[in-house]
Amino acid sequence: MPRLVSHPDEVKIVTRRFGQGAANIDRYVELGGYESARKCLANGPDYIINEMKASGLRGRGGAGFPTGMKWSFVPKVSAKPKYVLVNGDESEPGTCKDHLIFLHDPHSVIEGTIIAGLAIGAKTGFIYLRGEYRYLIEIMEKAVADAYLKGFLGNAIFGSDQEFQVIVQSGAGAYEVGEESALMESLEGKRGVPRIKPPFPAVVGLYGGPTVINNAETIATVPHIFAMGGAAYAAVGSERNGGTRLFGISGHVERPGVYELPMGYNLKKMIYEVAGGVRGGRELKAVVPGGSSTPVLLPNEIDIGMDFDQVGKAGSMLGSGGVVVIDDQTCIVEFAMRTISFYQHESCGWCIPCREGTDWLKKSLTRFHAGFGTMKDIDNIQYLAENMMGRTFCPLGDAAAMPTLGFVKKFRKEFEAHLDGKPCPFAKHVDLAVV
Amino acid sequence: MSSQETMSIFSPQLAARFDALVLKYPLKRSALVPMLLYAQDEIGYISDAVIDEVAHRVGITPLDVRGVATYYSMLRFKPAGRYNIQVCTNISCMLRGGYDIFDHFQHKLGIGHKGVTADAVFSLEEVECIGACCWAPAIQVNYDFHDELTNEKVDQILDDYRTRAAKGAN
Ligand SMILES: Cc1cc2nc3c(=O)[nH]c(=O)nc-3n(C[C@H](O)[C@H](O)[C@H](O)COP(=O)(O)O)c2cc1C
Ligand code: SF4
Ligand code: FES
Repeated sequence: MPRLVSHPDEVKIVTRRFGQGAANIDRYVELGGYESARKCLANGPDYIINEMKASGLRGRGGAGFPTGMKWSFVPKVSAKPKYVLVNGDESEPGTCKDHLIFLHDPHSVIEGTIIAGLAIGAKTGFIYLRGEYRYLIEIMEKAVADAYLKGFLGNAIFGSDQEFQVIVQSGAGAYEVGEESALMESLEGKRGVPRIKPPFPAVVGLYGGPTVINNAETIATVPHIFAMGGAAYAAVGSERNGGTRLFGISGHVERPGVYELPMGYNLKKMIYEVAGGVRGGRELKAVVPGGSSTPVLLPNEIDIGMDFDQVGKAGSMLGSGGVVVIDDQTCIVEFAMRTISFYQHESCGWCIPCREGTDWLKKSLTRFHAGFGTMKDIDNIQYLAENMMGRTFCPLGDAAAMPTLGFVKKFRKEFEAHLDGKPCPFAKHVDLAVV
Repeated sequence: MSSQETMSIFSPQLAARFDALVLKYPLKRSALVPMLLYAQDEIGYISDAVIDEVAHRVGITPLDVRGVATYYSMLRFKPAGRYNIQVCTNISCMLRGGYDIFDHFQHKLGIGHKGVTADAVFSLEEVECIGACCWAPAIQVNYDFHDELTNEKVDQILDDYRTRAAKGAN
């Protein structure tokens, strides 16, 4: 069972019901659950969208797109059915927050899905979880079945004349399926190869119908916004970044875990106070601030607020909120190699810059780490990564190139220390298995 | 469908589950990905017979099914051990000794990546992030998570599963 952590600086909104047995529907209702859905049902779509816009909630899946605005793009009238799609593919290395939501508060995901459905006029919602999360899929399926029994889902939700169905779907292993259009392909029973955009999902999505797709944390936040009011939720966060976020702090810290902190919370404080500092009193070497796709930050770059805008200004991204802390005993070349190896494995192979680029980068970095690199390789790695950027159908190509560029640019000396057959300056040498 | 039932390679429970599943969606084919995984859970791997039967039930060609199945990393085309050990070595786990854990498993089981022990009780796989980064190093044995691992915990886990295997349990 994943360990729950807590810290006095936390503002528990989304995690409010964690550890309180809220997977049980009666307990969830006792703790105020499904009140927001009732309120939204009574007040209608315009109220919902206005409140969502006021909340300043931005997507927790990685890109940080304003959720209220996303919902407002869905056409009011559509010949084809509309859908809500909840993205629980959670496969970005360093990210495990949705895991806890499904485990501790599955009904918040269902309630948020209902509200999204009411906002856009959808009658069906899908909750897609990565296949590895089987035990969480079972929890979600049980929660959905219970909600049907209570009449919160079905042909007449909460005794109204409105219909809403929820289907829980299992994936079968694929990072790329987390990309929104690839997820739709997977849900339609196909390979997880993304679609060309435009058209965007809000207009042409699942089964060709207008679709809102949101991350599981985004959706689980929604009921809380209606419980406390959009403006009050916004006030918790920083400018243009409403509310809190579930930050997963992993790697070399004393107290790794998922902490719910206000948007804009200082990164340095997050590492040194909330997570207890670098493990064993060692020196900090680097921080990957928002999941493996986000460019690395140096110790002198972490005195920043953790919101989409401030991390962006610091040259990286808030991404999935997975903060990976790296100490001074770690070989950055090895870390870069392991990172690119992931993207090489997960590339769907559709575009050449991504398919060949990740493969080439993996080969170069592996050779480099083994001590067979040359000075020219460093430039080549950089050149390759730069040429992948912006030249692919989906953002996975960028997600592979950006961190690589960060490592090479910020740790060039460490790359140079591996040149000309010199052994890795760090004690431990990892052989990259073919994953 | 009745002739299909009689020649089904799936248990009656699984067959019934599939019958219900294909009706859930606006499009039958949407059942494909979860169906393949559930079939693998019962049969052990995606055999030709699984592909044929799933194709029939969804109403698409076996080639189409194969094309989809090969995309997903959890689907395998040959049997694994009764307990398939999946060790995450991705960044958060790597920083906290994921490779040491993987080495320890290799050493204790005498098999490498994608290997199966001679008694078919265990198989081993190095996998990408399994969504347990804050509780690293983490593994999954079939669908069960084990986290904050040490070599001692690994020994204990192997003993526990061996005992379960001896009792004939899953
Ligand atoms: C390669 C790739 C993988 C992604 N994986 C996920 C994921 O696992 N979960 C997720 O919510 N979003 C993921 N995304 C982002 C989604 O495409 C999409 O932007 C998101 O689900 C929208 O929800 P939000 O607005 O609530 O953030 C991924 C994107 C890419 C390019
Ligand atoms: S960028 Fe990579 S993952 Fe995305 S479509 Fe192209 S090949 Fe596929
Ligand atoms: S990196 Fe191992 S579980 Fe995420």
